[in-house]
Amino acid sequence: MKILTLLSVFGPYLFTDSVNIENSAGQFFSSGHTNNWAVLVCTSRFWFNYRHVANTLSVYRSVKRLGIPDSHIVLMLADDMACNHRNPKPATVFSHKNMELNVYGDDVEVDYRGYEVTVENFLRVLTGRLPPSTPRSKRLLSDDRSNILIYLTGHGGNGFLKFQDSEEISNVELADAFEQMWQKRRYNELLFIIDTCQGASMYERFYSPNIMALASSQVGEDSLSHQPDLAIGVHLMDRYTFYLLEFLEDIHPSSKTNMNDLFKVCPRSLCVSTPGHRTDLFLRNPESVLITDFFGSVRKVEITTEVLNLTHPIQRVEGSPVNGESHREVYSYVDQLPVSEIIHQKPKQKDWHPPDGFILGLWTLILLVFFKTYGIKHLKHIF
Amino acid sequence: MAAHRCRYLACLLLLFLSVILVTMSQETTLGHEQHELVIRPLHSGDIYASFQFRTVWETDFMKGNKVSHYRLFPKSLGQVISKFSVRELHISFTQGYWRTMQWGQPFIPSPPGAELWVWFQDSVTDVDATWKELTNVLSGIFCASLNFIDSTNTLQPSASFKPLGIGNGTTDHRFLRYATLPREIVCTENLTPWKKLLPCGSKAGLAVLLKSEKLFHSSFHSQSVHIRPVCQDRQCKSSSWELRQALNVVFDLHTSGQSKREWSLFKMFSRTLTEACPLASSSKIYIDVTDNPQEEQFELSPATPLLSQAVVLGDRRTFSVYDLTQQVTFGTVRSLNLMIRWKSSEGDMLRPLLHAERYVTGYGLQTGEIHTLMYNNHPFRSFPVLLLDSVPWYLRLYIHTLKVISKGKDNNPSYIHYQPSKDRERPHLLEMLLQLPPHSVTEVTVQFERALLKWTEYTPDPNHGFYVGSSVISSLVPSTVAMETNITMEQPLFSSFFPCKEESSYFARVYTEPLLVNLPTPDFSMPYNVICLTCTVVAVGYGSLYNLLTRSFQVEEPNPGLAKRIANVIRRMRGVPPL
Repeated sequence: MKILTLLSVFGPYLFTDSVNIENSAGQFFSSGHTNNWAVLVCTSRFWFNYRHVANTLSVYRSVKRLGIPDSHIVLMLADDMACNHRNPKPATVFSHKNMELNVYGDDVEVDYRGYEVTVENFLRVLTGRLPPSTPRSKRLLSDDRSNILIYLTGHGGNGFLKFQDSEEISNVELADAFEQMWQKRRYNELLFIIDTCQGASMYERFYSPNIMALASSQVGEDSLSHQPDLAIGVHLMDRYTFYLLEFLEDIHPSSKTNMNDLFKVCPRSLCVSTPGHRTDLFLRNPESVLITDFFGSVRKVEITTEVLNLTHPIQRVEGSPVNGESHREVYSYVDQLPVSEIIHQKPKQKDWHPPDGFILGLWTLILLVFFKTYGIKHLKHIF
Repeated sequence: MAAHRCRYLACLLLLFLSVILVTMSQETTLGHEQHELVIRPLHSGDIYASFQFRTVWETDFMKGNKVSHYRLFPKSLGQVISKFSVRELHISFTQGYWRTMQWGQPFIPSPPGAELWVWFQDSVTDVDATWKELTNVLSGIFCASLNFIDSTNTLQPSASFKPLGIGNGTTDHRFLRYATLPREIVCTENLTPWKKLLPCGSKAGLAVLLKSEKLFHSSFHSQSVHIRPVCQDRQCKSSSWELRQALNVVFDLHTSGQSKREWSLFKMFSRTLTEACPLASSSKIYIDVTDNPQEEQFELSPATPLLSQAVVLGDRRTFSVYDLTQQVTFGTVRSLNLMIRWKSSEGDMLRPLLHAERYVTGYGLQTGEIHTLMYNNHPFRSFPVLLLDSVPWYLRLYIHTLKVISKGKDNNPSYIHYQPSKDRERPHLLEMLLQLPPHSVTEVTVQFERALLKWTEYTPDPNHGFYVGSSVISSLVPSTVAMETNITMEQPLFSSFFPCKEESSYFARVYTEPLLVNLPTPDFSMPYNVICLTCTVVAVGYGSLYNLLTRSFQVEEPNPGLAKRIANVIRRMRGVPPL
């Protein structure tokens, strides 16, 4: 009887405890990130590589739509396609033929453009070793609780990716950069997507934990482009990113789709190449990783009832009109082309030059001393 | 006792109200906003639209006050000005080249690409370091590659680019820095942060018309930001900050207008106006109707009774005015779509008094010659012109070949300032003050030699060529009517940008075309080819030679058959010599 009453008293607690353990266990396996960043890079120059810019902009568009703000996106485009003089529709970059979807949009902010997209700048952004005067919008200010999405597209080969037709980044360099990021605790989890020929070779050398990688083709295979538009005259998108964009268009900020669905994007029948992925370095099970963990920006809100007292507001100092009378000089507009003043202006010489004739005099002195000591008979040896 | 308390309460209430009123009035005098759009139909059928957004902020940075309350003035620019002790800042991004012969003079001129010139305060000790930091910060704000501005393309003009704002008389050109990037592209990513600087953004007022798909599909597009100190009132004893954002665009008749001489706000911008920005104290549209007094050239609808005259660019022009702060402008449909329909296509040709050209002559990749032509189209007046030429260091100018010829005779400049270039450190700077004779062409020629760059200094696409920035020609052009010398608040914005000191001439700045020159470019696929060829030659040639010299030949018995081998084995066992 007593045991029964005891059980009835403690029973509910035991029951709720087990539910709590399940909850906390579930939370233990969910991601521990607090902010999201994205680094989207297009490495190709010239008008016929329109599709690489369209690839990057479609990922930018999805990432922005799912919540990551411009301040947390570092967008690098190696060439300007939208306002290129060969573009029949300026200020637009289309991803679907018949100009259905303008991925350039109306409020795009490109951080690195044109000649600024180099291997050095890309590695500096990743590792954070930028010159002190670099503005905030060009920095990757991530911390150890950031989930970073890195997307690269362009022309590549077995073990390298070509930047701007003049330099390459190798898979070893990339793996070392990620290791530096891990050691500096610059990421919590990293998703690496690459859409180039033989893209799987780029993630072969990774050795830092918590990296998941996807590529559009295996080693020895080419990534193919999707469809040309006859009005614009170039291929608009690559196949892998085209189907990736279609997949991402169905995602909204609260969707529960996980990474296994992302691995199934673009099977061989549609893509011609075989997309690959690598998850052995990732601690969590890909099935429990949500797409929005990397593509969206889920802000965790903590409600508190604590009260914080603010200090006194900053007093606005009025331009002391009482004691400023002595400084009251009358200002005036400056003459834009004061002809007489300019004619009588003497330009200041900044570099010091020795006075005229000094060098000539110096050489004369040297020759004089030489002939005095050694005599005139040496003259014929010189002239 | 009750009466006392009543009076006491009444006094308190009055005090309270007066305090509120005082603070409110202080709020409203902190600054004001003016918006303006000027539409000028051009003779060739194109149409020129110029937006100007002006914010005046009554605060004095120069006295060193710390500011924390930003209302109309954008915070990003306010912090830049105070941190880098900037006195004046002018930055412009332009796509296209302004054709003076066909379009006349723009209200605010700008060269193709990006241009930045800054006057620093007297308190700055290291101007070069501050300039470098400022360009980096601005490149982040405007999403442009302004960080490519370094000592190889920064100039310090000695007489051009005098400050456009107020000052106390002295202008030391040590605090001026000027740089252009002719290669800079302008696209939506530059327009987006520019629009974010406006107090209403692009959500209300004239800025809703700024849609990038239409603005960049034009012959000319230029957006600029100008910050300078201006007089607060007529006495000019204290200064306030003025921020002007200007956007000039010229729409082409054939690409945007579908070859029909009929323009409307919807056709130009794909939007109509529904309201003015509530933060603006004045928001107006001016249509230039000077050539259309009796409506014989074009018809303007909806009609407006407001007409105003202004003296701008040396001419008195008449404008039809639409005041967007009045509800009656929008009519019953609550939206304003201005339409300009052309009836006849005759008109006077534009004869601008001053325009300039620049081109490169010569052949081959060794030498060349730069020609700058300046045209003075005034029939009887000559006027002074200040030419600022900047050439990058890799075009080595032969300054002894500099010639200035007007009307077949030598024209000696009254002032020359030449600073030679230093390889990889600074560019050439040439400034000349010339007097252009009336109705003449002045030609300035100088020969140059092209340098060979180090292979790491080439851009990824070197066969495109290298750009030489535009020449700047500043001049005092004689005007046909008396100019307004008192800059007041009541003047429309387009006529009050350049200050006027005398009535008989106005200040104008003309930019020439940028030049594109090819430098001797190595074949960058050459190392790969050389390695292949060298390895083949070494393998085939050296290998064969080595074998020939060191190989020795030995005679070898052929292998005997199986029967013979068995017989040899048996004979060896017997101790008999083999076969």
